[in-house]
Amino acid sequence: MEYQAKELFAKHGVTTTLGVVVETADDARAAAEQLGGVTVVKAQVKAGGRGKAGGVKLAKTADEAFEHASNILGMEIKGLTVNRVLVTPATPPEEEYYFSFLLDRANRQYLCIASVEGGVEIEEVAKTNPDAVKKIGIDPGTGVDAAKAREIATEAKFPEAVFEQAVTMIEKLYQVFVEEDATLVEVNPLARLAGDKLEALDGKVSLDDNASEVRHPDHESFEIKDETDPLEAKAKAKGLNYVKLDGQVGIIGNGAGLVMSTLDVVAYAGEKHGGVKPANFLDIGGGANAQVMADGLDVILNDEQVKSVFVNVFGGITACDEVANGIKGALEILGDSATKPLVVRLDGNNVDAGRAILDELNHPLVTQVDTMDGAADKAAELANA
Amino acid sequence: MSIYLNKDSKIIVQGMTGGMGSKHTTLMLEAGSNIVGGVNARKAGTTVELAGKELPVYGDVAEAMAETGADVSVVFVPPAFTKDACIEAIDAGIGLLVVITEGVPVQDTAEVWSYLQGKQTRMIGPNCPGIITPGESLAGITPHTIAGSGPVGLVSKSGTLTYQMMYELKDFGFSTAIGIGGDPVIGTTHIDALAAFEADPDTKAIVMIGEIGGDAEERAAAYIKDNVTKPVVGYVAGFTAPEGKTMGHAGAIVSGSSGTAQAKKEALEAVGVKVGKTPSETAALMREVLQGL
Repeated sequence: MEYQAKELFAKHGVTTTLGVVVETADDARAAAEQLGGVTVVKAQVKAGGRGKAGGVKLAKTADEAFEHASNILGMEIKGLTVNRVLVTPATPPEEEYYFSFLLDRANRQYLCIASVEGGVEIEEVAKTNPDAVKKIGIDPGTGVDAAKAREIATEAKFPEAVFEQAVTMIEKLYQVFVEEDATLVEVNPLARLAGDKLEALDGKVSLDDNASEVRHPDHESFEIKDETDPLEAKAKAKGLNYVKLDGQVGIIGNGAGLVMSTLDVVAYAGEKHGGVKPANFLDIGGGANAQVMADGLDVILNDEQVKSVFVNVFGGITACDEVANGIKGALEILGDSATKPLVVRLDGNNVDAGRAILDELNHPLVTQVDTMDGAADKAAELANA
Repeated sequence: MSIYLNKDSKIIVQGMTGGMGSKHTTLMLEAGSNIVGGVNARKAGTTVELAGKELPVYGDVAEAMAETGADVSVVFVPPAFTKDACIEAIDAGIGLLVVITEGVPVQDTAEVWSYLQGKQTRMIGPNCPGIITPGESLAGITPHTIAGSGPVGLVSKSGTLTYQMMYELKDFGFSTAIGIGGDPVIGTTHIDALAAFEADPDTKAIVMIGEIGGDAEERAAAYIKDNVTKPVVGYVAGFTAPEGKTMGHAGAIVSGSSGTAQAKKEALEAVGVKVGKTPSETAALMREVLQGL
């Protein structure tokens, strides 16, 4: 979110105004009083187009800040509820620029995008006047030093009055990018304020989860607990790779690719069964022992939308008999709390032994189907029952 | 014949003494791989016995290569140390570097990629199952029991979908199956593997498995149009993935309207690649191709 991006900017010496983040209209009034003068009340959600959605308002007085905050708090922007607003001093820009560093997947390097023609409307500028949007490749091996920053500022044609400030800011934004392990650092708009002062007026930072895990324990504080889906939070606490979706067929599988594929196959099958859809993505990885299976089932069975569960495992490194024992153990651990039908498809390594274990278990909730397509069809049918 | 890996490949394992490393070194030996040693600076000079074979542990990759003539290294070291392990292997001049480790910071991989430009190392991965030439050698974690040697070349972003597809086509068999990994930045790409399969006389047809995120599949489609004469059958996972959510693999994310499975499927179909709706339909399409050869 904007205020978090600005915190990272400030940490690395990028000129910005932090403002005050509040969760109530009363606090917004207090913040506006404290700041004095004209303020801006800005919705804080992880989405673009907040201004157009009515989530950014100018307040001439503290009472106006209160009024705007009352309206903005609780509103929905692109499906996200606004739970907090940022109150900042109103600093009308004389000019707006765009600047970003990002990971360029296709070219396996970093990319700097800069434009001195229009900030917020960058996508429009890119369409109507693509020459005004400069794209400069950055070699991750050499990065951006003072000389490279100067080269970028020259290429982007920053006006002379703010040129030196731009060079400094580019260097510092690159520090944000590499030192925080970001995949995107965007300043939009980068504003030229009265007195030729260059400031990051709004921004966005996307962080690499892998890097946060490995070397940025402090990044955890950016996650806002009360805005995380409770099932996703529960899964995360158990170390499960889970994404909540909007559907009726719970999915458990091993391997990200196979699970994605399973969601697709269930969605196709659902077309014949009242339009039921996959309820989640859940990859239990290579292990698939009883505890992991029980944890996964526990999360999925707590999803009230779920009507049936499809366990789709290909025994690669893990043998199917181990997976079958995992399912058996999970059902024992869950006991009476397992209440929804389970369609299990096992294939691959030791498949016969695995299927025999589940046949012998003869659990009333468990149906075995030998093929992925057939099992998806059965799970969709049960979810539509 | 095969691509990148064959019975003459001499393999060392970086991180062989760790849990994952020792488990999979054993499995690689069982698959017939010629594992010649491992690397661990703290255990240099010792030996480890795995699958009945006494394996020497060396202090670094350069020493291991000098002592054994190794030309392939498989990396199992934890994500925090993967970048250094890769740079050590590149500096030593390893020919093939297979990085299995999951969870490597993407900027580390980008730096490694930048570092190996102009050097002789081919990197596969990270976050991948590695590469198998059935009946000859395995450098990675793909189960060697799924399928034997045959005419199909397979390249995939996903491990389990590789296994699934090998299983579905096990009666035909594979020249080489390579998992390139699901991270945003990877070494060997779909295009690299397609070029190698095209040049490999034992590969008669190619299965290409992709997933949401990035535009590697679209670029592979453009490459196929101009450069690949062998039949290619494709599969793309993630049609139902919502925008903005990472689906397991760090690189598997639909951003705005880009990186969708539909766009990838259309790009592949536009150049004559048959794309299956499900893994089994994809396998059926490949069967038709193979029966027609």
